[in-house]
Amino acid sequence: MNFKRFARKWLRPGRATVIAVPYFWLLVFFAVPFLIVLKISFAEQDIAIPPFTSLLNYEDGGLLHVTLNLANFQFIFGDELYADTYLSSLRVAFFTTVMCLLIGYPIAYAIARTDPARRNVLLMLVMLPFWTSFLLRVYAWMGLLKPNGIINHLLMSVGLISEPLEMFHNTFSLYLVMVYAYLPFMILPLYAHLVKMDIRLLEAANDLGARPLKAFFAITLPLSKNGIIAGSMMVFIPAVGEFVIPELVGGPDTLMIGKVLWNEFFDNNNWPMAAAVATVMVLLLIVPIGLFHRYETRELEGKNV
Amino acid sequence: MYNGNKLSPVLKGVLVAGFLFLYLPIVSLIVYSFNASKLVTVWGGFSTRWYVSLFHNEQILSAVGLSIRIALASATAAVVLGTVAGFVLARFKRFRGSTLFAGMMTAPMVMPEVITGLSMLLLFISMQQLFGQPSERGFFTIWVGHTTLCMAYVAVVVRSRLIEIDKTLEDAAMDLGARPLKIFFVITLPLISQAIASGFLLSITLSLDDLVTTAFLSGPGSTTLPQVIFSKVRLGLNPEINALATITVLIVGIMVVAANYLMLNAQRNREKAIAAAMRENENAQAGPPSSAVSSASA
Repeated sequence: MNFKRFARKWLRPGRATVIAVPYFWLLVFFAVPFLIVLKISFAEQDIAIPPFTSLLNYEDGGLLHVTLNLANFQFIFGDELYADTYLSSLRVAFFTTVMCLLIGYPIAYAIARTDPARRNVLLMLVMLPFWTSFLLRVYAWMGLLKPNGIINHLLMSVGLISEPLEMFHNTFSLYLVMVYAYLPFMILPLYAHLVKMDIRLLEAANDLGARPLKAFFAITLPLSKNGIIAGSMMVFIPAVGEFVIPELVGGPDTLMIGKVLWNEFFDNNNWPMAAAVATVMVLLLIVPIGLFHRYETRELEGKNV
Repeated sequence: MYNGNKLSPVLKGVLVAGFLFLYLPIVSLIVYSFNASKLVTVWGGFSTRWYVSLFHNEQILSAVGLSIRIALASATAAVVLGTVAGFVLARFKRFRGSTLFAGMMTAPMVMPEVITGLSMLLLFISMQQLFGQPSERGFFTIWVGHTTLCMAYVAVVVRSRLIEIDKTLEDAAMDLGARPLKIFFVITLPLISQAIASGFLLSITLSLDDLVTTAFLSGPGSTTLPQVIFSKVRLGLNPEINALATITVLIVGIMVVAANYLMLNAQRNREKAIAAAMRENENAQAGPPSSAVSSASA
């Protein structure tokens, strides 16, 4: 056993190098930074460069002092505004996910059932917005939704409305643009599952007299479960921390934690507070990220859950 | 008779509505980029003046230059690291620390960018305190951030392709005594070249588009294109941005259509080549025994 391990370790240095290069990169630039965030969340804001206090201090006698400042977390958990913001972010992300699923599923299903020649074109049409700048697609809605924007202009010139509809900088515009921006992330994994499905199962169900709706709930939906989970997580997790959309089209009363983190960092220059906000957000997202990871891995390894 | 291949009118309607939703904003951007009026949403006649002023906007042009340089550098690094990582995930499967590795590979794809941006910035600040490097935020720090983000996407694409392809080719080369590195470059790499190409393109677009991570990692002298766009649209609509968006959509559209066409072609050619090889193989197998029979009979 020991020899085996020895051999594995030393006789195959190539393998170790191959693993080490990306491993080291991710460790240094992705994993370690989280520990630093955790560390700095226990610091205090300071007027210095960088603007936070050090946790370690040497006293005159050479004694090492570690100061953990819990005020940031006390503030997050004690202040109602923070609790509301976290809840509101989770709620916005949840409803965005549900709406993306309700809209994205029929689209993915329809593409998967189109004949293969046209399927490629349709898939390309879904991919195209996904490849186009996210920021510019959000910007596009600003022009459409504004009080003096394109939609209001059209409706007023046709005479359908006499006063502009209020659909900008409020909850409606927030959800609309969130769903719009994240929809491709839902459609693509769903499509990947639906297209692999054995169509003969539906034929069999039909032959045995099942109505299409029943066949859908008994066969298609369970078989696309992994796609639903993967797509939902791909929407939900980043949506919780979304900053650009609430900033550009959300209302003044829209509470999103990504925006709070941004403001703490860039406007208040309070890096320790931003770090504490990020730490709590990571804790909230650990379970969904784990779920996403599990289903992604199983999917790639070809196992059905 | 079950009618699986014909779309019902309902599904057709779903597709039409879905694509209208996806494309309406993009089309409106394009149409109003040709608007003569300074008020972006009020039509004042056809004009290309915003394209002219866009190409005279020094701030945007220099940001485009920086963004392209960062995108090329990050995509290149991401392809190298991501391909290796995808290979490790697909072929080595279990090793000490593989769970952490796989986790670190998927997390960057979904992690909110405010978190990755902040954490990477704090890393660079700590590194500066400890080693004095990197001395400032700019090209290098943005490059590291984009590479880390993009390599995860490359790894996923490469990994799924590696799982798809026939591993027996690699095994055969191994049996014939080829060294692992040679096998990788002669057998594996050509087979996954398409996945690497799409990973590269995906990385380019991700890097060109990234706002949030970049905002944390950029310094005073390094403003990328999304940062310029963001600072402009924060103040309201801007006809130059419409023109810029139209150009972006055009370039992306051409790229996606061309890539799709090339890939379909390559796939068809490969299928033809495989079919031809199979036929040859059959002929070769059928050949010798029949000649042996004829010689025996003679």
